[in-house]
Amino acid sequence: MLPLIFTAMVIFLGGTLWTVVYSFTKSGLLPRLTWDGLAQYERLWSSRKWIVSIENLAIYGVFSLIGTLVIGFTLAALLDRKIRGEAVFRSIFLYPFALSFIVTGLVWQWILNPELGLQSVMRDLGWQSFTFDPLNNPEIVMFGLLIAGLWQGTGLIMCIMLAGLRGIDEDIWKAARVDGIGTVKTYIRIIIPMMRPVFVTSLVLIAAGIVKLYDLVVAQTSGGPGISSEVPAKYVMTAMFGGQNLGQGFAASTMMLVMVVIILIPWAYLEFGDKKHG
Amino acid sequence: MKLSIKLLSATAICAGTTAGAVDLEVMHWWTSGGEAAAVSKLAEAWDGTGNKWVDGAIAGGGDTARPIMVSRIIGGDPPAAFQFNHGRQAEELIEAGLLLDLTDVAEAEGWKDLVNPPSLLDACTIDGKIYCAPVNIHSWQWMWLSNAAYEKAGVQVPTNWEEFTGSAQALRDADIVPLAVGGQSWQEKGAFDVMALALAGKDAWLAVNQDKSTDAVMGPEFTRVFEEFGAARELAKGLNVQDWNQATAAVINGTAGAQIMGDWAQGEFAIAGQVAGTDYSCLPGLGEVALLDTGGDAFYFPVNDDPEITAAQKELAALMLSPDVQVSFNSAKGSLPVRGDVNLTTVNDCTQKGLDLLAEGALAPALTTLLSPDTVTQLNDLVTEFWSMPAMTAADLQLQFADIIGAAD
Amino acid sequence: MADLAMQNATAAMTQPLGQTLAAGPRGRKPKKRLSRANIIVYGTLFVMAMYYALPLYVMIVTSLKGMPEIRMGNIFAPPLEITFQPWVKAWQEACTGINCDGLSRGFWNSVRILIPSVILSVAIASVNGYALSMWKFKGSEVFFTILMIGAFIPYQVMLYPIVILLREAGLYGSLTGLVLVHVAFGMPINTLLFRNYFSSIPEELFKAARVDGAGFWAIFFKIILPMSLPICVVALIIQVTGIWNDFLFGVTYISSPDRYPMTVQLNNIVNSVQGVKEYNVNMAATLLTGLVPLVIYFASGKLFVRGIAAGAVKG
Repeated sequence: MLPLIFTAMVIFLGGTLWTVVYSFTKSGLLPRLTWDGLAQYERLWSSRKWIVSIENLAIYGVFSLIGTLVIGFTLAALLDRKIRGEAVFRSIFLYPFALSFIVTGLVWQWILNPELGLQSVMRDLGWQSFTFDPLNNPEIVMFGLLIAGLWQGTGLIMCIMLAGLRGIDEDIWKAARVDGIGTVKTYIRIIIPMMRPVFVTSLVLIAAGIVKLYDLVVAQTSGGPGISSEVPAKYVMTAMFGGQNLGQGFAASTMMLVMVVIILIPWAYLEFGDKKHG
Repeated sequence: MKLSIKLLSATAICAGTTAGAVDLEVMHWWTSGGEAAAVSKLAEAWDGTGNKWVDGAIAGGGDTARPIMVSRIIGGDPPAAFQFNHGRQAEELIEAGLLLDLTDVAEAEGWKDLVNPPSLLDACTIDGKIYCAPVNIHSWQWMWLSNAAYEKAGVQVPTNWEEFTGSAQALRDADIVPLAVGGQSWQEKGAFDVMALALAGKDAWLAVNQDKSTDAVMGPEFTRVFEEFGAARELAKGLNVQDWNQATAAVINGTAGAQIMGDWAQGEFAIAGQVAGTDYSCLPGLGEVALLDTGGDAFYFPVNDDPEITAAQKELAALMLSPDVQVSFNSAKGSLPVRGDVNLTTVNDCTQKGLDLLAEGALAPALTTLLSPDTVTQLNDLVTEFWSMPAMTAADLQLQFADIIGAAD
Repeated sequence: MADLAMQNATAAMTQPLGQTLAAGPRGRKPKKRLSRANIIVYGTLFVMAMYYALPLYVMIVTSLKGMPEIRMGNIFAPPLEITFQPWVKAWQEACTGINCDGLSRGFWNSVRILIPSVILSVAIASVNGYALSMWKFKGSEVFFTILMIGAFIPYQVMLYPIVILLREAGLYGSLTGLVLVHVAFGMPINTLLFRNYFSSIPEELFKAARVDGAGFWAIFFKIILPMSLPICVVALIIQVTGIWNDFLFGVTYISSPDRYPMTVQLNNIVNSVQGVKEYNVNMAATLLTGLVPLVIYFASGKLFVRGIAAGAVKG
């Protein structure tokens, strides 16, 4: 047990340090210790693609976070109403999570394509002015990605929420009813505050998914139209494996890590400040 | 029980080695129908020598396969051979002394005299030593046109770029998109490079891509290229697809007039049952300057401690360029052979045009041999940004293009 | 019609709930309002299910069509002529390089990777989470923070450093090495999952057990674990899905093509760049690969239900 935990530490700490060190080098196809100072960082921050990537991540991040939490919780709450066919519904919501994105990204690409997908169906049905073409419009392409991202990611969050709901005492519901509190109100006032740890877990899971967002973009838009749906993780991967410029990729990933740490450390203090089981 | 199995397998290995049979693991990214058929020709030939081909296919092109190959090399357990594109991608591996020097094989087999065009071998050569075995030629310089689309629009199938742009309005009137371009940066940049070579000519093209001359980027020849590329952006409006073969499908269906894409696009036409000349037409070099760029694939062989494997690696390298293998492999793959002294078995109109150009020596080096992958990535980003942003003018593109070329290594 | 039937059925099912509500102080919640609530519940679920199922529908329909029909481009139309050939091809005929035996080739390799990785990572994460939430130990906060940062690192960035680590440990290319990597990468999120779940377990329970003299493992196995079935299922779902679908680690850290996981074949079928694309086979291959996680999802549903009973124990 302990050796395994030790291994994980070595991998995360060692790997991170290694990455940071090599971000100051000229490493191309192979990692090499040819020092390059801050040149990789200068290039990174003068790249328009990187700036666009960060903006996109912010937009996608906010909407994905809210969307996933709301949809995930709502679905879980609905499934928890002792309904029929729960297993079927749960599996339908969760199945997208099981499928490789190389192909499901392609399917969403088709569905959102104006000539093949929803738009053409609506027009065939007679709604001639119906226009829905998110993937080819730089302004809203991130929302096109969001539609597929929510589709893939909410199922898991629903499951976590469901597990959280199942951990809540039946007596609390009974008490709420006795007090005459409505269902929705009970959820908002009583259940959700009780599920704070579950929400924190979901938050981290979603946030990690957002930061690592990559496959979805490659499969659906490959960063396009133009560079309007580029994201940081894709910038890293393209630099490392496409452009054979490891140093640039490591510099970008180091910046990503710095941003994560800036957000994470204060949160960690908050969490540990709350010594429930001290 | 276990022991006996071990003993058995040990004796099997011994038996194998005494017979001189060696297992070589070969990594490549050829997996779809015709590609897989082509690989099996190589494997059959190798197995036919009494050795064994262990196939390590990883699809997704270089971006997917390359990190895996590099990991294997860093991890100290490299495959016996792996595929890269000709060009500058392997430079670093060679400099680090990780790849096997094939110079003696090349000399024994007379590659210098056989390989046509010689530039292929140059791409494998660093400091006078040869490090790779080129196996085929793929060229980007093609425009594929739908005969049905032009018939529907009531105009002749164009024979050069000027006629193509001239007939574009007729296609639009018939509700056909003149030019099909998939929305991925490598496709847009690919179309740009084809237009650059065809419209600016080889000298200006080399000045830009080989000599990295910013003056040439700003010169009159390339100014025309940027302007025409801006016009092409208009001609491509109305078809929104991502994958290159969806764009090809639009040409096959006749919903688009033409596509600029490498010779691998012929595979899609063939599978759709279309015949070169009657159903579709092809224009090398857009019908302007008919040159082939000589891109393609080559095999590299990581250094190995075991002399037996090293010998087998060299044997495999020699085999890959042998006449029979060249014919069977390239016939299956739809690419052109790297030696001038063989004839392919099945040749259609378009392939014949390519072979003729090859025989005439109407050739240009592949872009991957001139520009580093890093530069290519930067240019891809720039071109795709231009392609999707109507507000960006051809002049903007030209200036930023010059910046990247000026900074290229 | 069907909706109506469903509605009646559910109205009958939620009868007990109706009774308790009617017993409430304001007592004006007759059946009508309840059934409206049910319409909302089922209506929302159906609409959402449509959104989730639409791409699946497109995939299934496409996988049953021939290529000429797909090229015509009507993605929602049911197949004019149903063919199962793409499924057969995806499973046992599709070529990836010289091996033409489809996905079946890597299936058992994937299973061999999946089982130890999942068991180990769920076991370790649950103990980690338990230790972190109940037994604060020295350095636990640093440990946890590092783990959290680990959750945010794009794993592709770690590709080469891990190669070097595994090489130095003499594990490069072996199954053990790959399992270790999977366990390590699954650790952050699953540890967090368990830790936060356990931290909502009432403290009194834990304290009482300690007063009774129960030790670290006794508390874990006798009290904590039986209460945590639903969260174990979630961890199982995350790990099975992630490891089953992993391509990059499997292909990078296992150095012989004979032992590649199934996802390598999947990638080879769906991801060719210059080759001809057979969309129907691609869809069939993707759906086939997704079946194993799907079976786990269905099967684990029972444990979800049992979680309620276990949850009731603690009250």
